[in-house]
Amino acid sequence: MGRTARIPLPALAVASLVLVTTALAFVFFVVPNDANQGFSQRIFYFHVSIALTAYACFVGAAWKAFRHLTKQDPDADLESYVLVHQGLIFGTLVLLTGSIWAKISWGHWWLWSEDQLVLFLVLFLFYCAYFMLRYSVDPGPRRANLSAVYALFGVVLIPVSFAAIRLAKGLIHPVVFTRHGPNFGGWILVTYCIAQAAVLVLAYTLYRLELGGKRLDGRLRELREALA
Amino acid sequence: MTTSEKYVTAAYCVVFAVVLVYVLIMALKLQRLEREVDELAVRVPEDDAEETPREPARVG
Repeated sequence: MGRTARIPLPALAVASLVLVTTALAFVFFVVPNDANQGFSQRIFYFHVSIALTAYACFVGAAWKAFRHLTKQDPDADLESYVLVHQGLIFGTLVLLTGSIWAKISWGHWWLWSEDQLVLFLVLFLFYCAYFMLRYSVDPGPRRANLSAVYALFGVVLIPVSFAAIRLAKGLIHPVVFTRHGPNFGGWILVTYCIAQAAVLVLAYTLYRLELGGKRLDGRLRELREALA
Repeated sequence: MTTSEKYVTAAYCVVFAVVLVYVLIMALKLQRLEREVDELAVRVPEDDAEETPREPARVG
């Protein structure tokens, strides 16, 4: 995230606010009702965007973990940790918005028979366990290495979760991205793209905010130790 | 308001609430860190603080 790290945090916050507001305006005032699902389909724009952002956070965490293990990048462990945390926040939102959408569309909050839902939950719980592992080891190189290996293993679950919907039989969860591209066009595609950009910028802003806090916390701890 | 509209509103409110709670937690944490910086600044002798230029910390 070299060049983007130079963008000031207030500018990112303003960009997030503008994009999220624009996306919401498109979702509620521009895009037409879906022919099959009607008004309830409007959950799709943020639900799918948040899901892909959660995957992006986990992939980013794995990339930072890889950098920590191969190049011994001193910041990579903290960045990987913050990305996993962001991924879990967005993962929570995916589960919550997905459950609400499932209740309207299928009449159930959750269906254990749906492979993609269950695999996403497995992925979510796998990354929850990342924190249990991290905080069960004392801070230091050992903790950083164990966390990095765990974050790298987790990324394997992402293609499985993504492919599950295409491999499963008798599913009711809709397929929005096929080999030929997105399964929609027109205003739906435009609105989805704006929502996706909004959620990605929001996630990056929150990532920078949390990372800044963690770095400051680390520096303060060092200062306190030096003064003691 | 139809049932669909209520559920869609609930979904977007949930997203807003989670992001808001997260930002509030971060703001409280940054406030605490700011307080700790002030406490440390009091502990550092003023002469030292003037002589040694502090390296700017990366916060974002």
